[in-house]
Amino acid sequence: MLEIKNLHAAVDGNEILRGINLTVNPGEVHAIMGPNGSGKSTLSYILAGKEDYEISEGSITYNGDNFLELSADERAAAGMFLAFQYPIEIPGVATMTFLKTALNAQRKARGEGEISTPDFMKLVREKAKDLNVTSDMLKRPLNVGFSGGEKKRAEILQMSLFQPTLCVLDETDSGLDIDALRIVSDGVNKLRGPDRSIVVITHYQRLLDHIVPDVVHVLSAGRIVKTGGKELALELEKNGYADIVGQAA
Amino acid sequence: MNTMERIRTSAETDLVEQFGSLRNTLTGGADISKLREKAFDAFNSIGLPHRRIEAWHYTDLKAGWKGVLPIAGPGDGLTDVNAVSSGLASIKIVLVNGCLDKQNSDLASLPAGIAIRLLSEALVENADTLDRLGSIAPDLKDPLIDLNTAFMGEGVFLDIADDAKIKQPIEIVHVTVGEATSSYPRHFVAIGKNAEATFIENHVCKGNAAYQSNSVIELKLGDGATAHWVKMQDEGENAVHVGTFKADIGAEAELNHFTFTKGGALTRTQLFVSFSGEHSKANLRGTSLLNGKTHSDITLVMDHAVPNCDSRELYKSVIDDNAHSVFQGNIIVKPDAQKTDGQMMVQSLLLSDDAAMSSKPELEIFADDVQCAHGSTTGQIDEDLLFYLRSRGIPEAEARTMLVLAFLSETIEEIGDEEIIAVLEERTRDWLGA
Repeated sequence: MLEIKNLHAAVDGNEILRGINLTVNPGEVHAIMGPNGSGKSTLSYILAGKEDYEISEGSITYNGDNFLELSADERAAAGMFLAFQYPIEIPGVATMTFLKTALNAQRKARGEGEISTPDFMKLVREKAKDLNVTSDMLKRPLNVGFSGGEKKRAEILQMSLFQPTLCVLDETDSGLDIDALRIVSDGVNKLRGPDRSIVVITHYQRLLDHIVPDVVHVLSAGRIVKTGGKELALELEKNGYADIVGQAA
Repeated sequence: MNTMERIRTSAETDLVEQFGSLRNTLTGGADISKLREKAFDAFNSIGLPHRRIEAWHYTDLKAGWKGVLPIAGPGDGLTDVNAVSSGLASIKIVLVNGCLDKQNSDLASLPAGIAIRLLSEALVENADTLDRLGSIAPDLKDPLIDLNTAFMGEGVFLDIADDAKIKQPIEIVHVTVGEATSSYPRHFVAIGKNAEATFIENHVCKGNAAYQSNSVIELKLGDGATAHWVKMQDEGENAVHVGTFKADIGAEAELNHFTFTKGGALTRTQLFVSFSGEHSKANLRGTSLLNGKTHSDITLVMDHAVPNCDSRELYKSVIDDNAHSVFQGNIIVKPDAQKTDGQMMVQSLLLSDDAAMSSKPELEIFADDVQCAHGSTTGQIDEDLLFYLRSRGIPEAEARTMLVLAFLSETIEEIGDEEIIAVLEERTRDWLGA
């Protein structure tokens, strides 16, 4: 279970998150929506362990671990996965090498044995096929020369390989055409399960037609200003953020 | 004109004395003695190079060449040559303290197409010795080359026959053992028409003596020939090393030169490469891995003397602690050298706040129909890349290692030979403590 309590965070003295409270139970899919600049990406980076933020108040715990005391790699081993809004290109790092190193690092941190190369190859091929990630993409350096859609599919491939229990998807729908959106959504839906928590950050209702959330939150100016069921997303699509954000302010 | 007497350092005074006392015992007949004396006089008129000489602005040997050390004898030889060589299945020529280690050298069983003659023999009895020594870039004025010529002791004259394709790498190992000494190895390599060969030039030490090594290699590349040359400089942590490589490239020939720099206290690799025939290529690359207080200099002059040649220069440094990396590169395009294509890039990655890089890429172009470019970048590990890797569960130290290897990989991979790449990647990982 993920529990965020009264989280306040700032960058260079500018407060971006002003008291976030959020609880995500295993098996649940939560959507976080909100206008530009409301703090959605900041929240996702802080969950993943980026160190550029000053946390002045509040707490984040996941399955009893104090996340704020864990480094990014320790959080990954504890089950955290952030699908980046802008996955980074790393020239000189082969995709397959990266995937294997990361998977084995997580396994090692959890006290599990390393995966053998044949098992690893088999696993990657199987997952890659579902996500339409070609062997040519796997041969390239990490994300280098990938289109926007390819990068997003590669992120979901990582997610399905690492089998994290807490998935945060930061605007995974941005830059995707309709077909790619379906492939990516199918990949995410396959990961839905009783032991996994998924947080989907998005601007648009469109993604939520494919990945249907249990709970929808509206984030505005660093606070969650409204929480509801999946129908809240439809309401936002119809009326925009202005009503809700206006009411809250 | 400034006629003021130059003030000599004690090292320079001692060098004069050392040459004076050894001149009659150094190997070679009257002609060679004359060559040595002329070279020593040329050295002595300039002395050890220092900051006010432009080519040595960043590397001051007047300060760094601390004293004069005895020229070593052969020592006890090596018990295990594999401990100091590349580990590749190579044809080995081993010099210990600048003297031939016959037992560990493969001179008796050379494949067809390779002829080797020891310098110590050539100095005494070979008629063409004087035609060869100093024949590459004959107009070059460099005090360290002159000093080598004055004191040169051992080395090889190595000839690859026309059309010979030598598969096995030829490895020249320079090992320094025991007390601090100085050595002056000298080699001349001639590769025949349409021949191809791979060379490993190894500089290593056993122990941590503060020795000096000053080596000079001359390479004559025939028309249509290809040479792959990998210098592995892994001198001892207190060593001073200056290694000069001069090459003359014939027509439709190709030189691939790689410098792997890792060791030494004060080191400089100098490359002077010239095209003398058209439609040829030179790929000069290297990586430097520096830590502690190491000062390491790569200085190259790529002379496009004739038209229609391509050169690529790519050097990358990873610099930690208080180390200082220097790169000086000059592509010269002579007036006749139309259709020259020269691209030079130098990149460095600083791993500590006290690490330093001095970079001076230059182009001197006297022809009007050429394509030339140079660039230089210095940076640190990209925190966003580091965060991405760590967010995937890769611990910080391992993620940093991955990014450093990624930074260097394009340079090392260009060597092409999988076995040599594996050796260099392994040594890089060792250096990174991975």
